[in-house]
Amino acid sequence: MAADPASMIDWGLLALDPPGWGGVLLAGLMSSIKIAIGGYSLGLVLGTGGAFGKLYGGPVTKDLLEIYTTVVRAVPELVLILLLYYAGTDLLNRLAASLGYGTVDISGLAAGIFVIGVVQGAYATEVMRGAILAVPPGQIEAARAFGMSPLLALRRVTLPAMLPHALPGLSNLWLITTKDTALLAVVGFSELTLVTRQAAGSTKAYMLFFCAAGVLYLALTLVSNLVIRLIEARARRGWAAR
Amino acid sequence: MSAGEKAAEPDSLVELPPEESTVEATALTRLPSGRGFLKPHRVVLMAIAASIVFCAVWFLRWDWLPDYAGRLAHGVGVTLLMLFGTCLLGFVLAVPIGLVQVTGPWPLKLLAKGFCTIIRGTPLLLQLWLLYYGLGSLFPQFPAIRQSFLWPVLREAWPYGVAALTMSFAAYEGEVMRGAFAGVPKGELEAARAYGMSRWKVFRRIWLPRAVHRALPTLNGETVLQLKSTPLVATITVIDVYAVVSKIRQVTYLTYEPLLLLALIYLCLTALLVLAFRYFENKIPTRSA
Repeated sequence: MAADPASMIDWGLLALDPPGWGGVLLAGLMSSIKIAIGGYSLGLVLGTGGAFGKLYGGPVTKDLLEIYTTVVRAVPELVLILLLYYAGTDLLNRLAASLGYGTVDISGLAAGIFVIGVVQGAYATEVMRGAILAVPPGQIEAARAFGMSPLLALRRVTLPAMLPHALPGLSNLWLITTKDTALLAVVGFSELTLVTRQAAGSTKAYMLFFCAAGVLYLALTLVSNLVIRLIEARARRGWAAR
Repeated sequence: MSAGEKAAEPDSLVELPPEESTVEATALTRLPSGRGFLKPHRVVLMAIAASIVFCAVWFLRWDWLPDYAGRLAHGVGVTLLMLFGTCLLGFVLAVPIGLVQVTGPWPLKLLAKGFCTIIRGTPLLLQLWLLYYGLGSLFPQFPAIRQSFLWPVLREAWPYGVAALTMSFAAYEGEVMRGAFAGVPKGELEAARAYGMSRWKVFRRIWLPRAVHRALPTLNGETVLQLKSTPLVATITVIDVYAVVSKIRQVTYLTYEPLLLLALIYLCLTALLVLAFRYFENKIPTRSA
């Protein structure tokens, strides 16, 4: 059986149609990307709010956000995902039951997006906080002096001015998000890593499927890198060449 | 991390600033300062926290804790062993990976670059499962391996966990080392050459110590990140603290308590790591300090 390595690879297993598992893998990749996009967007919203809360909020807001970012940055993602996934769905069910709605069926996609988003929110808070601090304070003061409301100053001055500073960190976070989706395999969400394991387990072609999934993840990273480079070039178009 | 690569062109003295900022954004590297600890609002917050802790202790079930205390301690030991073992091995690997990318011949440069790209571009969980299930299913097919003295080791799960974690640490830290090697001022190396040192001596006496010195500040964050990756080895049946807690959850049917304890354990481990690094960093002489 082990005589010829080349004959051991059965490429037909990767076919897109049902006897092959290619279609299943691609569907897994799609749900990975969906969770990554959803979780990253939620993380950006939480991060923006968190960064502004940490810089301009009241003392209690600042302390609570400090606890949030400290805990998320100190505890493994895997543990946070388990905690948020099980405890979150459990709490939601109990809340619904006590309000008289009976048990709610929470879709895996929504739970996954929520879990990844909460984790990414803490990371994004730190990235954005650093980026806002890199904006010359005079620009923000000038916006205030012109009578802009805090929200208008945020939209017109702070966010656009901090974006080039935040982009390297944020693009890094996107790459981390795409890889963190793999952790949802542990809670049984059928994204790319889990379906790969199922495919590998039922066909015993472990090497083939894990390598194929690796190629898919790598392709996702490399394509993301290309897009990130374009976005960064555009965001820095007003900067002098360094 | 791709963004960090652009910032570290060989001649720049800047040491991967975006990379570092992201490491600090994703891993705790400094404890919250205790200054102004007893402001009025903090006293109220602490009172609320204390009441939450009291409720957690009073209303949740903790009677399983004494039964599993020994196994939990053993699990923490396995986690720490995994952490320090793979960090040491990974750092030893990272030095050549960083070096050949700065100065090596192009095939080696390409190889190191490819290794870093592949490891950093795919999830650690996938690499772990590829090694454990993939290689683990491939090895028994070769009688030469089955009969070798390594077989009793290769049948266990931990070598695969160590291998995956080591490669991951080597790839991330290798990228940092590349920036560190490239960032050592050329004049220092030229001065060493002018003194008649051989290439190897320049490397041993000037280049390596200076590069390691420059890379040291990143080690704290990378080590905390590595600690945050170690629970993944529980998915390939290594019994670390995470695996012990999973077992407790299966046996006792409890949802919150074991997970909360686990989070607390990791919080303490991270805090200890940060404190240890702060202690050692204060021992290292720096000119700016």
